[in-house]
Amino acid sequence: MRVLPVGDGALLVEAASGEEARALHAELLRRRAEGTLTAREIVPAARTVLLDGVDDPARLTAELTAAEIPPAPPRARDVVEIPVRYDGPDLADVAAHWDVDTREVARIHAGTEFSVAFCGFAPGFGYLTGLPRHYDVPRRATPRTAVPAGAVALAGPYTGVYPRSSPGGWQLIGSTDTVLWDHARVPAALLSPGTRVRFVPVGRS
Amino acid sequence: MTDRALVVVRAGALTTVQDQGRPGHAHLGVPRSGALDGPTAALVNRLVGNPPGAAVLETTVNGCSLRPRSAVTVAVGGAPCPVTVEGRPVPWGAPVRVPAGALLDIGTVVSGVRGYVAVSGGVAVDPVLGSRSTDLLSGLGPAPLTDGTVLPLGTPQAPPARVDAAPQPAPPAELVLRVTLGPRDDWFTPAALHAFTSRTYRVSPASNRIGLRTEGPTLERARPGELPSEGMVLGAVQVPPDGRPVVFLADHPTTGGYPVIAVVRPPDLPAAAQAAPGTPVRFVGTRRP
Repeated sequence: MRVLPVGDGALLVEAASGEEARALHAELLRRRAEGTLTAREIVPAARTVLLDGVDDPARLTAELTAAEIPPAPPRARDVVEIPVRYDGPDLADVAAHWDVDTREVARIHAGTEFSVAFCGFAPGFGYLTGLPRHYDVPRRATPRTAVPAGAVALAGPYTGVYPRSSPGGWQLIGSTDTVLWDHARVPAALLSPGTRVRFVPVGRS
Repeated sequence: MTDRALVVVRAGALTTVQDQGRPGHAHLGVPRSGALDGPTAALVNRLVGNPPGAAVLETTVNGCSLRPRSAVTVAVGGAPCPVTVEGRPVPWGAPVRVPAGALLDIGTVVSGVRGYVAVSGGVAVDPVLGSRSTDLLSGLGPAPLTDGTVLPLGTPQAPPARVDAAPQPAPPAELVLRVTLGPRDDWFTPAALHAFTSRTYRVSPASNRIGLRTEGPTLERARPGELPSEGMVLGAVQVPPDGRPVVFLADHPTTGGYPVIAVVRPPDLPAAAQAAPGTPVRFVGTRRP
């Protein structure tokens, strides 16, 4: 485990893979819950976990460098289902990248179980993994100035759903009415790291 | 019943509600937000008898005008500026009584960028995830003020401080930011690392609550490609493809894919909030304690 100092009060822990990052994240949450780790923020990302607001970075670095991280626990049982219309403006482009027709894109996407690798970009935006690597797609060459809320999109190895209208460069394959973020709701975020997700196709409205 | 509210008569260029922000939610993509110049926000709160975390107004360059519906005590700090009540000059950086219905005007800064206005009882808009701060990146919290906005005020908890004036640091003529290198300093050439900590940058007018952008020597990368997204901290100095360092401030994104060459020590960040465009910036390398 490689541990990089980030300023004087944070550490960035590097994992060898997304799966190892998931295991590391689970272990760090467990340690914080049992009181053996103090950290204000534990932020998983693609290949790293950031610990911000830690007490004694030097001691924690030594501890984590030597630590054996147990394999990630089984994923949560509950699956969040997100109804989706596969009607996005980039559906044909994605179909071309995948070398299939647009119906097949919908079938493959809806037939995949995803999980939230990490969140970022906007409150409630999850980076969902689950598609095999040969379905990676590039970002659009020119980002859109406005992507509508509820847009279901692909970029690199990830699927995401835009929680609110914002600029964005992902390939839009569909849309949903599901509310990803509502700060009046508890919890505000529908998706958080580790959440399992399935997209359920619905007819065009 | 007393109507404890504040009417915004002139919102100014960019005035937002700020408190100590909403840390602890970065894993959901929620920025920390909060006052850019935290010590000043705490100071003006203390002057009017508020706890340090009460919500204040953060103004940008040209202040704002406010009309309280009931008598309040206010204190204005941060970037020095003229302050008047009903057109008569009143002290800056000290508690001032404003009668019900009187017009409080916070003028254009003499130097610096951001003013902080505390009102006895604090601004009492509904909190979002435990904070009343406006987050300009994610849109959480109250929208930036507009002319005619009416802000509810809380009940004062304690009498104002009995002081004539409280000392405040002057806005920086030169912004010196002590940095600790890393975590991605190995993504830059030795020449870039040398330039970063020895040359002078200037504050770019494109700076905002998300980041202090700089103009100056571009920093050349030692390796091409993209970094997979990773967590970002307050004060991270990220280097986008144009090679010009950006210092992450309170509304910074929680994850990012551009390499972080160094991290600014937190005590130096409040001064960054007050560095006007064009101010020279120097990054000074420090060793870890």
